[in-house]
Amino acid sequence: MIETYFPNVDWAKMWEATVETLYMTSVSTIFTFIIGLALGILLFLTGPGHIWANKLINLLTGSIVNIFRSIPFIILIILLIPFTKFLIGTIRGPEAAMPALIIGAAPFYARMVLIALQEIDKGVLEAARSMGAKTSTIIFKVLLPESMPALISGITVTAIALVGYTAMAGIIGAGGLGTLAFLDGFQRSREDVTLVSTILILIVVFILQFAGDFAVKKLDKR
Amino acid sequence: MIQLANVNKRFGTSSTAITAVDGVNLTIEEGKIYGIIGYSGAGKSTLIRLLNGLEQPTDGSVEVNGRKISSIGGKELRQARQKISMIFQHFNLLWSRTVKENITFPLEIAGVKKAERERKAAELIELVGLAGRENAYPSQLSGGQKQRVGIARALANDPEVLLCDEATSALDPETTDAILDLLTSINERLGLTIVLITHEMHVIRKICHEVAVMEAGRVVETGDVLQLFQSPKEQITKRFVSQVTEPEDAKKVMSLMRQDYPDGTLVKLAFVGERTEQPVLASLIREYPVDVSILQGNISQTRGGAYGTMILQITGEPEATANAIQYLHEQGVQTEVFEK
Repeated sequence: MIETYFPNVDWAKMWEATVETLYMTSVSTIFTFIIGLALGILLFLTGPGHIWANKLINLLTGSIVNIFRSIPFIILIILLIPFTKFLIGTIRGPEAAMPALIIGAAPFYARMVLIALQEIDKGVLEAARSMGAKTSTIIFKVLLPESMPALISGITVTAIALVGYTAMAGIIGAGGLGTLAFLDGFQRSREDVTLVSTILILIVVFILQFAGDFAVKKLDKR
Repeated sequence: MIQLANVNKRFGTSSTAITAVDGVNLTIEEGKIYGIIGYSGAGKSTLIRLLNGLEQPTDGSVEVNGRKISSIGGKELRQARQKISMIFQHFNLLWSRTVKENITFPLEIAGVKKAERERKAAELIELVGLAGRENAYPSQLSGGQKQRVGIARALANDPEVLLCDEATSALDPETTDAILDLLTSINERLGLTIVLITHEMHVIRKICHEVAVMEAGRVVETGDVLQLFQSPKEQITKRFVSQVTEPEDAKKVMSLMRQDYPDGTLVKLAFVGERTEQPVLASLIREYPVDVSILQGNISQTRGGAYGTMILQITGEPEATANAIQYLHEQGVQTEVFEK
């Protein structure tokens, strides 16, 4: 029956593409989380009135974040081709998509981290300082746990955006469901391939959203 | 002992600087409950933060139990802070931690082993009366319970000094009294020095031994609490004292009485300590040919003894009235005659 409705779909290929998409999304999400968190914390702590208050570093970090956040992703991929080639050795395949995915998403997430940290009650930070906490304790035992729900919902949004980015990267040959939908589906006028790829991307997005919402609900004790 | 010498704190650049603390000298003895009272913006929040180095003075020196808070930093300051703990108006608990985990937080900072942390937390939970709530999250507690967690957390590292930043201002009157009782018993049992800032004279009256009054960054009056109630010198101190001794309507009652009995003399009496227990009024009426009616009376209990005020209307011959007032003076009762 499936054959009649989706005559052109090669299910093995479809599965392979799904795995590639999941691979690109998960690895880039992990790196985005780490880099974005580090950048966000740096932005927060160097901000006025905070422990590392430093106008220059704050301005510099803020500018870098803003610039990379503003470049349209499809242009960023192209701009990063030499860098990718140097780092990965090729510009094709899932690995080659990752530098652009991470560089595109990390600044975006860093902003969300900054907003999450700014929402922490200032009094709690003061209390930690009054107890004699050092900076690393403040970061790992106050800043991160107290903003965790916002950090998780932020990374959920970012991961979903990354699924979209992987599809875009697919157009220039990164592999995954994006490549499949574009090259096998759109360019060869096989609507059923495009449709199934789209449905699979939607399923991935829904699962991410559900998992993120669930984690936030579990973590938030406010 | 806590000593502040010529302490100034200015915020901002020189042209637009705000002086939050202005030339403050203060000595707080060990084991005392010391109150600092002032309206908002008087600089008391800044002053209390100078005591644990959350703010550093622009000039002057701050010394707490032999450690010069105003000139240490880094690790030395962090270690000093473990012995100068603080509780806050809005409790400042970590919502992500349970009651027990909040209380063990300062112990984690101090590097105490897990078994010892657990033992200490259990003991403190018992002390502040939160047994059975150790695994609750702050959001599941009432304001009074949250402040109890704050107090337990502040006591975790066996501090020498406890700083209270408007600790009862967000609580209702009954909860305020319960928290004040807890602070008093901690002061007596553990012998730690408590420095508190407040805008409520009620708090000062109930638990403090000594008090400093702040206005516009300066300490304008200091002394024993009972002394201050008895003879406030500054205008602002009088206003604070009247917060607990004179209900708002006393003045209204007086003007009404004056309309009814325009020939009377209105006198405000202040009784202090033992005086409150002696029958001064009874002998006054017996010995002088005057009529006395009580318009308003009030007795406040301070840590140093009772303090009472009473407003009387004395009617009679001018000479007899003058003699009667003279008699009150001789009995050591402070009198204040309201002009007609």
